[in-house]
Amino acid sequence: MRTLFAKVWDGHVVTPETVDTPAVLYVDLHLVHEVTSPQAFTVLRERGLRVRRPERTIATMDHSTPTLPRGADGRWPFADSQAAAQVSQLETNCAEFGIELHALGQEGQGIVHVVGPEMGATQPGMTVVCGDSHTATHGAFGALAFGIGTSEVGHVLATQCLLQRRPRTLAVNVDGRLGPGVSAKDLALAIIAKLGVGGGTGHVIEYRGPAVRGLSMEARMTLCNLSIEAGARAGMVAPDDTTFQWLAGRRKAPTGAAWDAAVATWRTLPGDPGATFDREITIDASTLEPMITFGTNPGQAIPIGGRVPDPADEADPSARGSLERALKYMGLQAGRPILGTPVDVVFIGSCTNGRLEDLREAARVLRGRTVAIRTLVVPGSQAVKRAAEAEGIDRIVRDAGAEWREPGCSMCIAMNGDRIQAGQTCVSTSNRNFEGRQGTGGRTLLASPLTAAAAAVTGCVADPRRVLER
Amino acid sequence: MEPIRVVESRTAVLPRENVDTDQIIPARFLKVTDKAGLGRALFADWRYGPDGAPRADFELNQPGAEGCAVLVAGDNFGCGSSREHAPWALVDFGFRAVISTRIADIFRSNALKNGLLPIVVDAPTHARLLAAPGAPVRIDLEACTLTLPDGVVVTFPIDGFSRHCLMNGVDELGFLLARDAAITTWEEGR
Ligand code: SF4
Repeated sequence: MRTLFAKVWDGHVVTPETVDTPAVLYVDLHLVHEVTSPQAFTVLRERGLRVRRPERTIATMDHSTPTLPRGADGRWPFADSQAAAQVSQLETNCAEFGIELHALGQEGQGIVHVVGPEMGATQPGMTVVCGDSHTATHGAFGALAFGIGTSEVGHVLATQCLLQRRPRTLAVNVDGRLGPGVSAKDLALAIIAKLGVGGGTGHVIEYRGPAVRGLSMEARMTLCNLSIEAGARAGMVAPDDTTFQWLAGRRKAPTGAAWDAAVATWRTLPGDPGATFDREITIDASTLEPMITFGTNPGQAIPIGGRVPDPADEADPSARGSLERALKYMGLQAGRPILGTPVDVVFIGSCTNGRLEDLREAARVLRGRTVAIRTLVVPGSQAVKRAAEAEGIDRIVRDAGAEWREPGCSMCIAMNGDRIQAGQTCVSTSNRNFEGRQGTGGRTLLASPLTAAAAAVTGCVADPRRVLER
Repeated sequence: MEPIRVVESRTAVLPRENVDTDQIIPARFLKVTDKAGLGRALFADWRYGPDGAPRADFELNQPGAEGCAVLVAGDNFGCGSSREHAPWALVDFGFRAVISTRIADIFRSNALKNGLLPIVVDAPTHARLLAAPGAPVRIDLEACTLTLPDGVVVTFPIDGFSRHCLMNGVDELGFLLARDAAITTWEEGR
């Protein structure tokens, strides 16, 4: 009796773990972006090594890339020469080592965790790695997907393998059903608040239960994406018909008889009945409300109708200290309702919530309304952008007075020039509310696309369910 | 990377929980294509004010923290992104070991590949270290022991492979490259 994780892990062990050495684990798909790869390619050059499996390696550019279109002179408006150099370095590296690259402005370009699945490269049962902690996203397909450092990027480029100790398993059982206006993002924030930001350390999460079965692939990706915010390197959902329907016909998905054979194999991946986990928690989806963070880590989240916690209620002195620090940084008062908190900027996008379904949700609120504050809508990929434009979402966004941008990480990490100013508060659909994440001194409130759009049209933290009623 | 056997140093103490990699090195410093000199960006937004002057209230700006090779930090150190720039910056700044009650998985894995020893201790030991910034400690990697300022010796867990790599300054890539035949056989057999 094995879990989903155990089946995927066991299927990729080249040499097993011993007391003295970790397992050699084979990697099916290696995704590469411009920020965490240059030093790895340097190691290959220094040692005279080649990329072992270029056909298992896909590169794109997303972090340092501008989200404004090319200028009249045909040049991209890079934030600075360093960003331009990093992007051009990736082009050179991919050309030299024979790697498929989806470069700036090309059809397949976008945030690495959005483009992998949408081209059908991410498939059930695979091992997927990338020099990026949100690689956990790909676990939505029943893949074992996790982030690695740059040294390990070099290991995978050179050997297609990693040295790994087997992690522990954590089942997150989600009963019930999400209510109207409550999304996978809210579920994920509730889970992180329950586990704590370090609660999943050393574990791979499997999300299970009726509420998870009922989620679309986009929503499952949002859920798995945020596993790392609870400290878990990977999060997985067992593949089912929803998964197969989403994958069918995508460019890199198998076709014909190969597709049928693949689906037959994928159907054997879900955990056996009775397989056990090292830990389990259960959460009831039907009790959840839209969630929003108030602090400086993703675990500091409350229901939208809740009050900012009071450090005085915290018994543990070091937790009390963290909370005090967070509230001071955020400029929030203990005990006050979070509803009505003034907001300066809204960001809708990122590998967490930059997919078509997310933009549709935001558009539900923006349609026929006007934004009260600066609002940036950044599609996760060129394909998402095209699909959204085909539906007229770009028009809804622009008509509301919001900015419709080119794909990329943008204001999630503020490396490309899209950022907020010190002291500004941003409701963001991204994944990290760390100090300065969206710009030095900036304050981030994480929420769903619906909640972010509700903040955009009201200029403050608002309950999207009420805004939609108006 | 530089081998580690024994580290004898005073401790720099950063008594904050959940220190994330965006604090260890903010994202705007990641636009580099090499790893040299990142120590200047370590904890940049905590170390320096908006005018670029050092913040007097930041723990690592205290006179006693200068030259320390051991960082003692609050629970769950290194959470967040996978950027290896975090250990690069810590090592470039002069740290050889980080002690906490919990260290995030990807950070820990990255630290081990760069000659930065991640040490997890229990809460009572941690509390004693947090209470004594600047006190001398001794780390013996071969024996897996940490000698506290009062002379008490505690052991810390580290797997044999990581210890071997750190003690001999060898990297894992060589080990993996030596498995080439096994990898080929496995690829052919799947
Ligand atoms: S969108 Fe944000 S979290 Fe996702 S890959 Fe880009 S920078 Fe990382």
